[in-house]
Amino acid sequence: MAASSRAQVLRLYRALLRESQRFSGYNYRTYAIRRIRDAFRENKNIADSEKIEELLNKAKANLEIIQRQMVFQV
Amino acid sequence: MLLWRRLAALRGQQAPRRLRAGGPKPGPEPGQGRTSDGGGAPRPLYMDVQATTPLDPRVLDSMLPYLTAYYGNPHSRTHAYGWESEAAMENARRQVADLIGADSREIIFTSGATESNNMAIKELEAAFQPDTSLVTVMTVNNEIGVKQPIHDIGEICRAHKVFFHTDAAQAIGKIPVDVNNMKIDLMSISGHKIYGPKGVGALYVRRRPRVRLEPLQSGGGQERGLRSGTVPTPLAVGLGAACEVAQQEMEYDHNRISKLAERLITKIMSEVPDVVMNGDQEHRYPGCINLSFAYVEGESLLMALKDVALSSGSACTSASLEPSYVLRAIGTDEDLAHSSIRFGIGRFTTEEEVDYTVQKCIQHVKRLREMSPLWEMVQDGIDLKSIKWTQH
Repeated sequence: MAASSRAQVLRLYRALLRESQRFSGYNYRTYAIRRIRDAFRENKNIADSEKIEELLNKAKANLEIIQRQMVFQV
Repeated sequence: MLLWRRLAALRGQQAPRRLRAGGPKPGPEPGQGRTSDGGGAPRPLYMDVQATTPLDPRVLDSMLPYLTAYYGNPHSRTHAYGWESEAAMENARRQVADLIGADSREIIFTSGATESNNMAIKELEAAFQPDTSLVTVMTVNNEIGVKQPIHDIGEICRAHKVFFHTDAAQAIGKIPVDVNNMKIDLMSISGHKIYGPKGVGALYVRRRPRVRLEPLQSGGGQERGLRSGTVPTPLAVGLGAACEVAQQEMEYDHNRISKLAERLITKIMSEVPDVVMNGDQEHRYPGCINLSFAYVEGESLLMALKDVALSSGSACTSASLEPSYVLRAIGTDEDLAHSSIRFGIGRFTTEEEVDYTVQKCIQHVKRLREMSPLWEMVQDGIDLKSIKWTQH
């Protein structure tokens, strides 16, 4: 994997985990953190750059979903 | 009011909002807020997914635009508000169809699986020929989690030219369901059982070979004339998103839930004797576990487990005092039927919640048994069935 996309993946991963910590609901919070970790772990050996880009886009979309919901956390 | 709640939540929380070492704390969450019924107790753990499920955040996100800016009636033909709403509704229809191997044209939106069930049965009745009949079966039972042999039943129905309906509320998105593979003619779907919104469901109606239905609800002719009434776009979108998410997460969820179920059952059974799991051991959905604890009254155990949200049977009948008809049907002893508890494990259930539930369950079963004269007699080696209970 190229250095820049490795850094990109890590940046996204950390951002996802950080945002997920802000869920006020215990079940949502634990699910988000667990699912993100498991998904990144599952895909860590993917070499095909097209597939990587597709997964990164999915991750970005999920980050935005979480961010939008931070508005109504108690 | 909002400020008060924010402050209360902050006071209740363990640590400031940054990555905590050691993971989430087990037991009722302090930061979850208090119950809103005036009791003020911390909210219990949720172990009752067969009754209803929380909205998946991805589902909520999909609905938000249609609860705010995109509010058009999907049946309005003459402007963008209608067109965009209709596009969303049709996309949702496709998502539901994809999950079950159907065509979009075979999906009708309803207010829930109960309405779908009524439509399937009554509408078919209205369209009866002297020789037609209908078989209706639940795919996965909501009380004991048992899976019916849908594939085999479908084959038989097809061979005898009998319509086959199944209520798949507890099954879709959790186990693979294909309407063609299983030769299903009609199928009921519920939104709030698969992390979607409440108030919406769907009915699958086969086109080939054609299943003819008479409409139950008349009006503006929506949903191919079979179910009049404006389709609630945000709810339909939510159901579609729930189906799509479920399809993506089915394998992951099933693996996790199976492991958690195994953990719960093994831990309880290794610590506590005389526990019976109701329903077939092999053909079951792992996330619905129904256990009977001999010599313990089910309601007492439920009340004792006050910080875990559980049920002793179907939510639809929870107000009645009669033991479950399902348990009676599978031949469970009357007294064991009264001792049954249903544990629901879902997508959002954590290992800590399972461990806490198990620990409390074991503790209270032991305590209630200590208080039970029947248990004492059993410990003394008396065979309860041999006792002649005299009248006073």
